[in-house]
Amino acid sequence: MTDLWLYMAQRISALVMAPLVLGHIAVMIYAIQGGLSAGEILGRTQGSFGWALFYGTFVVAVSIHAAIGLRTIAFEVLGLKGSALTVFAWVVFLVLFVMGAQAVYAVTAT
Amino acid sequence: MTSTAKTLDVSVWRSNDTGGAFQAFAVPIQESQTILDVVAWIQQNEDPTLAYRFACRVGMCGSCAMMVNGKPRWTCRTHVQKVISGNKIEIAPLRNLPVIKDLATDMDPFFDKWVKAEGVFHPSKTRDDAIEQIDPTSHERTEADIGIECINCSICYAACDAVSTTEDYLGPAALNRAWTLFNDAKDSGKQTILDAVSANGGCHSCHSMGSCAEACPNELNPMASIAGLKRETAKAFFARRKS
Ligand code: SF4
Ligand code: SF4
Ligand code: FES
Repeated sequence: MTDLWLYMAQRISALVMAPLVLGHIAVMIYAIQGGLSAGEILGRTQGSFGWALFYGTFVVAVSIHAAIGLRTIAFEVLGLKGSALTVFAWVVFLVLFVMGAQAVYAVTAT
Repeated sequence: MTSTAKTLDVSVWRSNDTGGAFQAFAVPIQESQTILDVVAWIQQNEDPTLAYRFACRVGMCGSCAMMVNGKPRWTCRTHVQKVISGNKIEIAPLRNLPVIKDLATDMDPFFDKWVKAEGVFHPSKTRDDAIEQIDPTSHERTEADIGIECINCSICYAACDAVSTTEDYLGPAALNRAWTLFNDAKDSGKQTILDAVSANGGCHSCHSMGSCAEACPNELNPMASIAGLKRETAKAFFARRKS
């Protein structure tokens, strides 16, 4: 992967995340103010394709964005290079993606 | 700050077999004294073996840059009284470049990167063609004009942390040069330039923290030039995928 590809992927994932972050915060405030219980929240998310898409996209964007950012830090600060650096970035991506996907599955699957 | 002492405490970097160490000198204070005057005084009166580099002494040639109290500066135009800390001055070779001896650095990596960034003119016409008319008020020309006052002093290169951490990073001056050529109507190498600055170690390694702009003695803003290159490479990235 070239620097240009990583640069573009990180910018695009940031663009995708921006509205999702705002949406997420809005949902949090709404859920807390309305005093929704865990059961009530699950009642709305389970089986909802919309919520699965919203948080699924979020998880993908976060995994890409964070993996590229941490890759740069690992390179510049820790001096990781070559295939070690590539493996590091993929591990970060996969850990975040798997954990996120699991969470999305848990609250949206029926 | 103004000092009342008669001499300055000057530490000068001297190279030796194991790397180097600072050597102390007491240098008489004079009116309107520059850092280059201090270095020259030491070489002429204390130790003729002190190695350093200068040529024009008026801020034109870009050869006299050194680290002064930790910051890269053009020493011929830097007044002692403006940078003195207590009564002390520490003078070291420019950061991010190999040292040849004492205060003289090897600037080859700096200039090699200019070429690597395609910071070289790509002619578009022959001697038989009519001379192209350039509108000095056009957007491209004004962009280029801002960047062409560079004196190749490598001060921005020494100030840049991305150069320290990323060995093959082209650095602010080379990318600034690439940006002026990109905006030059007479240069035919636009895509060549974009390809060169999109490669690993190109403009995307810049973190836009602006140490280059802060340090440049000619008040250039390489960070802004690099931002321009980032914009253009991003546009080209999408344009290529469409075509
Ligand atoms: S803005 Fe970019 S080029 Fe300038 S000092 Fe910072 S990292 Fe280096
Ligand atoms: S951009 Fe400024 S600091 Fe950098 S080499 Fe040119 S004149 Fe020197
Ligand atoms: S000696 Fe030429 S710029 Fe300082």
